[in-house]
Amino acid sequence: MNSIVERRMIVPNMHLLTIEAPDIASKVKPGQFVIVRANDEGERIPLSVADWDEERGTITIVFMEVGASTGALACLDEKDTVSTCVGPLGNETEIGNFGTVVCVGGCYGIASLYPVARALKEAGNKVIMVFEARSSYLIYWVDRYIKLVDRVFNITRDGSLGYKGHITCLPDVIHGLQNPPDRVIVNGCTFLMARASEMTRGLGILTVVNLNPIMIDGTGMCGVCRVTVKGKMKFACVDGPEFSGHEVDWKEFLARRKAYLEEEALFFRRSEPKQAVHKEVKCQYES
Amino acid sequence: MNPEKTEKMSKIDLNRNDMPKQSPEIRRHNFNEVALGYTEELAIKEAKRCLQCKKPKCKTGCPVEIDIPDFISCIVKGDFSAGIKKLKEKNCLPAVCGRVCPQESQCESQCILANKKGEIAIGRLERFLADWEAKQGSVDMPSKAKPTGKKVAVIGSGPAGITVAGDLILLGHEVTIFEALHKAGGVLTYGIPEFRLPKAIVAREVDYVQRLGVKVVTDYVVGKTRSIDELLKEFDAVFVGTGAGLPWFMDIPGENLNGVYSANEYLTRMNLMKGYQFPKSSTPVKRHVRVAVVGGGNVAMDSARTALRMGADEVRIIYRRSHAELPARLEESENAEEEGVIFNMLTLPVRYIGDENGWLTEIECIKMELGEPDASGRRRPIEIPNSNFRIQMDAVVCAIGNSPNPLVPSTTPGLQTTRRGTLVADQETGKTTKERVWAGGDIVTGAATVILAMGAGRKAARSIHKYLEKGKW
Ligand SMILES: Cc1cc2nc3c(=O)[nH]c(=O)nc-3n(C[C@H](O)[C@H](O)[C@H](O)COP(=O)(O)OP(=O)(O)OC[C@H]3O[C@@H](n4cnc5c(N)ncnc54)[C@H](O)[C@@H]3O)c2cc1C
Ligand SMILES: Cc1cc2nc3c(=O)[nH]c(=O)nc-3n(C[C@H](O)[C@H](O)[C@H](O)COP(=O)(O)OP(=O)(O)OC[C@H]3O[C@@H](n4cnc5c(N)ncnc54)[C@H](O)[C@@H]3O)c2cc1C
Ligand code: SF4
Ligand code: SF4
Ligand code: FES
Repeated sequence: MNSIVERRMIVPNMHLLTIEAPDIASKVKPGQFVIVRANDEGERIPLSVADWDEERGTITIVFMEVGASTGALACLDEKDTVSTCVGPLGNETEIGNFGTVVCVGGCYGIASLYPVARALKEAGNKVIMVFEARSSYLIYWVDRYIKLVDRVFNITRDGSLGYKGHITCLPDVIHGLQNPPDRVIVNGCTFLMARASEMTRGLGILTVVNLNPIMIDGTGMCGVCRVTVKGKMKFACVDGPEFSGHEVDWKEFLARRKAYLEEEALFFRRSEPKQAVHKEVKCQYES
Repeated sequence: MNPEKTEKMSKIDLNRNDMPKQSPEIRRHNFNEVALGYTEELAIKEAKRCLQCKKPKCKTGCPVEIDIPDFISCIVKGDFSAGIKKLKEKNCLPAVCGRVCPQESQCESQCILANKKGEIAIGRLERFLADWEAKQGSVDMPSKAKPTGKKVAVIGSGPAGITVAGDLILLGHEVTIFEALHKAGGVLTYGIPEFRLPKAIVAREVDYVQRLGVKVVTDYVVGKTRSIDELLKEFDAVFVGTGAGLPWFMDIPGENLNGVYSANEYLTRMNLMKGYQFPKSSTPVKRHVRVAVVGGGNVAMDSARTALRMGADEVRIIYRRSHAELPARLEESENAEEEGVIFNMLTLPVRYIGDENGWLTEIECIKMELGEPDASGRRRPIEIPNSNFRIQMDAVVCAIGNSPNPLVPSTTPGLQTTRRGTLVADQETGKTTKERVWAGGDIVTGAATVILAMGAGRKAARSIHKYLEKGKW
C-alpha cells in the first residue's frame, strides 16, 4: 500500500508522484485532496489529487517543493512508500452544465484543475484554460489540456508565452472572449487565487477557488483550516476546500497561511540530509 | 454507635498513601509522567487500609463494576498476578483507567471511608497492578473461541472501539478497526498529554488487541474512504466509536487570528505529531510566552500544563464560573496550580485583538458573577456590566468543548442523530436506528470519560455477539 509507482519532476521544482492507493482511486472526485506524510515522523500535508486510475488503483499528486515536507516527499523514489496517504478528503468540485467556464491554473493548480476541466467538459461545458506562470518553461501538461479543452491562453510574468504580466491580465483574457464566461475556477497558490478573485469581482462572474490553508487531520477535528467566508467561520477541509473567491476574507487567509513561517525555516536549517531540500524556490507571488 | 463498632472505626487508618510525583518545579519543564506510581510497599500499605466491606459501595461507583475489594485483597497478599487478572475481567485498559478515571467522583467517592476523607486510592492501586504486569514483560494471552466466520468493522480506535474489538475477537469473530488518523488510540493518543498518560501505554494496549488478532487499518476515514453502507456489504456488523472530535469556538470577534487555537489543534500538534520535540519532529509548533486557556475541564488543564512545558512564562486558565464549578478533576487542577498556572475565575473572553499581521496580542474579557442555578444545577454565570478589561497574550487555546463529528452520521442514511449531533443509540445494547449498526462512547453521550466509553463498548460487544449468533436484529 502507498508505494510510489511513478516519480518525475515535470518542470523545475514541480514533482509528480503516482501512488498505489486503490481505495482512494475508486472513490475520488475532482477537487478533492489527500493528506500525505512522507515518512513515519512526517508532517501531515494536504495535496490535491491531480489524476487517478481506478483500474490500476493509483492516484497522482503534483506538488511544488516549497518547504521541509514537500522536500521530503521530493526525496522519495519509485518503490518507496509514503507513510500516510488518506482520503479522498474535502468536497468535490461542483460540476454542472454552466455554459462557458474559464479555468485558471498556476503552480500545482495546473495539475489539480485537470480532473475538474475533464469533468466540466464531460458535463457539456465550453472550457477555456488559462495557464499562469512566471515563465513559459514552468507551464506543463499543455498537451493533455489541448486535447481536452476548447481554448488555451497563457499568462507569463516575463512574457515568454502569451500575455505578459500578472494574473491582472485575466480581465483582458475574459474581455477577449465572445461571450462572458459563466464561471471562473482558480487553482494554485494563495496569491493567485486571491488576485484572480479580485479581478473578477468587478465583472460579477462567480469565481470558485480551491483553498489551501494549513491542515492537520483534514476531517474537521482540529480547526486549523478555518477561514472566514461571507463573515462566517468555515473549516476548509470539511466545508470546502472550494469557496466563492469573492466571499473569502483573503487578508485573514494569507495571514493564517503564514503562521509557521519562522518555524518552518528553523526546521529547514536543522533537518537531516535525507530530508533536506535541494533548494528553496518560492512561488512567484509569495512575499 | 455501639462501643465495639466505635472501637473498630477508631482503628481505621484514614491516611491515604500519597503517590510519589515529580516536583512541580521540575515537572513543569518536562513531558515525563507527573505521577510516578506506588512502589510495592506503598501499594500493599494502601491496600491494607481497605475494610473489605461485605457490601462494597465502591463497586457501585465504578461504571464497569470492577470487583474492587477482591483485587485489593490480592495486593494485600502480594499476589499481583491474581490481582491483575481480577481487574482485567472487567476492564481491559487498567493502566489507562488507573491514571485518568475521575475516581474522586466514581469508585472512590462511594468508598465507605470517603465521608471520613480517607477513601481508598483505588485508581492508584489499579494503576499499580497494570504497571506491575507491564514490567513483567509478558502478558497472559487469553484463549479465543473458535472462529465464527463473522466479520465486524469497528470505526474509531478510541477506548470504545478498542473495547468492542477486544471483546469480539475473543468470541471468535473477525474484527477490523478503521481509524482516520495515522495512529490508533483516539483521544488517548492525540489528546491526553504524555505527562499524564504516556503514549507507550496506549501503544501497548493497541498492540495487545492486535496480537489477539484484531486488524487495525489506520489512515481510513469512514464516510470518505468508504461509507458505512459500503462496509455493511463486507461486514456483518458495524460499530461506530468515532468520539466527539469537533471543536467548538465561541463565535466572538478575532477567533481566526494567528495564535488562537482549538484545544484539539494545540494538543494534536503536541501529542500526535510530537510537536514538543520540534524541530526534531517535523510538525511545527510555536513557543508562546503568554498563553491563555479558555475553559475549566480536563482538556483546559491539559492545554495549560502543556503550554507551561513548552516554555511559556505566563499561563492562565480563563473560566467563566468559579473554582467550585471547575469540571476538571481536582487532581488535575491542583497539579496545574502547583505548576504555576494562574486561574482567572469568573471571567469570560469577549473579543480577541490582533496586530496588523493578524497575530493575537490581547484578549478583552468581562467579569462574571454567579446567579441562579441553571439546567445543569450549577449557578449560572452572569456578565457584570462595564467590567471589561484586557490582558496581553500571545496565544489562546479554546477548550470550551467538543461535539461529535458529523462526518459519519451525515454520510449514513438511516442513522438518526439528536439535536446535539450525537447518535441515537439504545443505552443497554448500543443499537442505533440503522440495522446492523451499533454505536457507543462519546459519539453517543457527547464528550464524557474513558471508562464510560469502554462501558458502552462492552455492552455493544455483547449485543453484537448476540446478533451474530442468532442473526436476529
Ligand atoms: C486542500 C489543499 C490542496 C493542496 N494541494 C496542493 C497540491 O496539489 N500541490 C502542492 O504543491 N501544494 C498543495 N497544497 C499546499 C501544500 O499543502 C503545501 O505546499 C505544503 O503543506 C507545504 O509544506 P512544506 O512543509 O513543504 O512547506 P512549508 O515549510 O510549510 O512552507 C514553506 C514556504 O512555502 C510557502 N508555501 C507553502 N505552500 C505553498 C504553496 N502551495 N504555494 C506557494 N507557497 C507556499 C509557505 O508559506 C512557506 O513560506 C494544498 C493545500 C491544501 C489545503
Ligand atoms: C484533552 C482531553 C483530556 C481528557 N481527559 C480525560 C480524563 O482525564 N479522564 C477521562 O475519563 N476522560 C478524559 N477525556 C475524555 C475521554 O478521552 C473521552 O471521553 C474518550 O476518549 C472517548 O472515547 P471514544 O472511544 O468514544 O472516542 P475517541 O477517544 O474520541 O476516539 C474516536 C476515534 O475515532 C476516530 N474517528 C473519528 N471519525 C472517524 C471516521 N470517520 N473514520 C474513522 N475513524 C474516525 C478518531 O480519529 C478517534 O481516534 C479527555 C478528553 C480530552 C480531549
Ligand atoms: S475503572 Fe475507574 S471507576 Fe472503575 S475502579 Fe477503576 S478507577 Fe475506579
Ligand atoms: S468501600 Fe472502600 S473500604 Fe470498602 S471495600 Fe470498597 S474500597 Fe474497600
Ligand atoms: S484540517 Fe483539521 S479541521 Fe480541517
